[in-house]
Amino acid sequence: MSESVLVLPKTADLFKSHTLGWYVWRGIFAVLMLAGAYATYVRFTAGLGGVTNLSDRFPWGIWVGFDVFCGVGLAAGGFTLVAAVHIFNIERYRPIVRPAVLTAFLGYILVVVALLYDLGRPWNIWHPLVMWNPRSVMFEVAWCVTLYSTVLALEFVPAVLERLQWKRTLAWLRVVSIPLVIVGVLLSTLHQSSLGSLFLIVPRKLYPLWYSPMLPVMFFISAVCAGLAMTIFESWHSSRAFGRQLEMPLLNGMARLMAVLMAVYLTIRFLDLLHRDALRLLLENRTETWLFGLECALMVIPTVLLFSRRVRENPTALYFMALLVLFGFIANRLNVSITGMEAGSGVHYIPRWTEVAITLAICALGFAVFRWAVLNLPVFEQKE
Amino acid sequence: MSKAILYDSTMCIGCRACEQSCALRWNLPWNETIGAEERLSAHKLTTITTHDGRYSRRLCMHCADPTCVSVCPVGALQKTALGPVVYDANKCMGCRYCMTACPFQVPVYEWSNRAPRVRKCDMCRDRQAAGKPTACAEACPTGATACGDRDALIAEAKRRMAASPNDYYPQIYGLREVGGTSVLMLSAVPFEQLGLRTDLPSQPLPGLTWAALSHVPDVVSVGGVLLGGIWWITHRREDVARAEGGGKEHQS
Repeated sequence: MSESVLVLPKTADLFKSHTLGWYVWRGIFAVLMLAGAYATYVRFTAGLGGVTNLSDRFPWGIWVGFDVFCGVGLAAGGFTLVAAVHIFNIERYRPIVRPAVLTAFLGYILVVVALLYDLGRPWNIWHPLVMWNPRSVMFEVAWCVTLYSTVLALEFVPAVLERLQWKRTLAWLRVVSIPLVIVGVLLSTLHQSSLGSLFLIVPRKLYPLWYSPMLPVMFFISAVCAGLAMTIFESWHSSRAFGRQLEMPLLNGMARLMAVLMAVYLTIRFLDLLHRDALRLLLENRTETWLFGLECALMVIPTVLLFSRRVRENPTALYFMALLVLFGFIANRLNVSITGMEAGSGVHYIPRWTEVAITLAICALGFAVFRWAVLNLPVFEQKE
Repeated sequence: MSKAILYDSTMCIGCRACEQSCALRWNLPWNETIGAEERLSAHKLTTITTHDGRYSRRLCMHCADPTCVSVCPVGALQKTALGPVVYDANKCMGCRYCMTACPFQVPVYEWSNRAPRVRKCDMCRDRQAAGKPTACAEACPTGATACGDRDALIAEAKRRMAASPNDYYPQIYGLREVGGTSVLMLSAVPFEQLGLRTDLPSQPLPGLTWAALSHVPDVVSVGGVLLGGIWWITHRREDVARAEGGGKEHQS
């Protein structure tokens, strides 16, 4: 099948002998691509109803809740590290800026791909650029996705240009790099928070454990945490996959920042529940209570443990803490966009297998492209 | 003068003539099976609902400050001066935010269409513009659904409630809900017993998102200056260090 084209010859050189694991991973990838291709065919011939369990009462499912909401959030490592190095001038983080920008860029491309599946009329995706409605949060989201994807592309382009040795274009890009970085940080700040603002309009639909006027602020802070966790996560995996040394002092510093931000985030959430008199809802034996508990546990445990030096300095422990933060973040986004909306909509939504197939295919594609880029472009070994 | 529909549940006999005339106007099928569905869908833009022997009606409420109009990123939904909230499929990109956001859960979707449209009642905008009543009001045999100027209909509703206070629950649904709607309803029992939402605020919902959106220019301007300033400070140190380092080299 044509799926194997994605894994370019150079990748194969890395593995001198094809181990069992190599075949297993490649097999899984092929299966995901095949399932995704089938679901894609049905999606664009039979319409959304043919592949999703969405309904008039529940119009947003995992393509919005996971692909878009989590995808954008996990890409937050890009702007966090770009700001740290280029604006706050914390030089030592420079080696991991590029992988983080690459993740963010790929994340945004995949979000756009997911949108092409989810939008009922994807050929009109450009309409917000010419048909304005500044009162709409979705209008802001659309502009942020468009502009920030462009900025990320420009931020990542030097890696490609270095490979191609286009020195003049590179020099020109360096001139505009600082304004570009500032615009990028602003755009992603707006974008992360606007995903939370989307839900400000559903005060009686979103369950009160999650509905809050503070949603934009909470979405922003938690996205920065998820971005840092994602950077730790992928540094760990890259070091294993490509036999690189793990930058422990860097990751340790990021883990500290993440722990502090998570603590701030959790405090804001607690105070918010307190002020809205929503804490009493925790006594009710409902699905929402348990899912809220799960979400909080996934966030509180790593936050507390990360304050311990022993946890931060142990690569495996640090990796699992980052993983917990990521799961907590995903749980939060799914709770806001799916679980928390069920009671208010009066329906129970479980994604159809084809929805999951497309989501998994998009994720697998992301991993494959990231891998290809790391192997073929100067992503990790950055010259200045 | 803005147009409105007044639905009086106490006068409704559940004959579904409104449903049939609506289907006819939109060129949609209607039969006994569809009549029994009792929920809005892509092939049913208004429906009678039954609640323990009482009747109610569902249709787009045509809010004064509609949530759907405020959330639509491309302006495919518009509130017309005459009252109807109308939809333009050519602008729509299908994000379905209107469906998520509508407090009355009115907009429905053509899920099995390859070029799906949002569907909802448009209060017969063409008929209204020509001075004719809506199809449902014209078809109603008992006058349970009436159509006219909103102020006149509010006065009429108040007159009915005052004339026979025992027959009516003393409120007009739609007078204040989310800032007022162009569909008004009367009932003999509290509205939640007719399946209507009574927990809605009396302020229009678009204010909730505007509270966040209005800060965007502030974030951009303050954030831009702040980030630029931080960059200037952090890199100034570097310049100073470099200048001092260079100076020393020069001396030696």
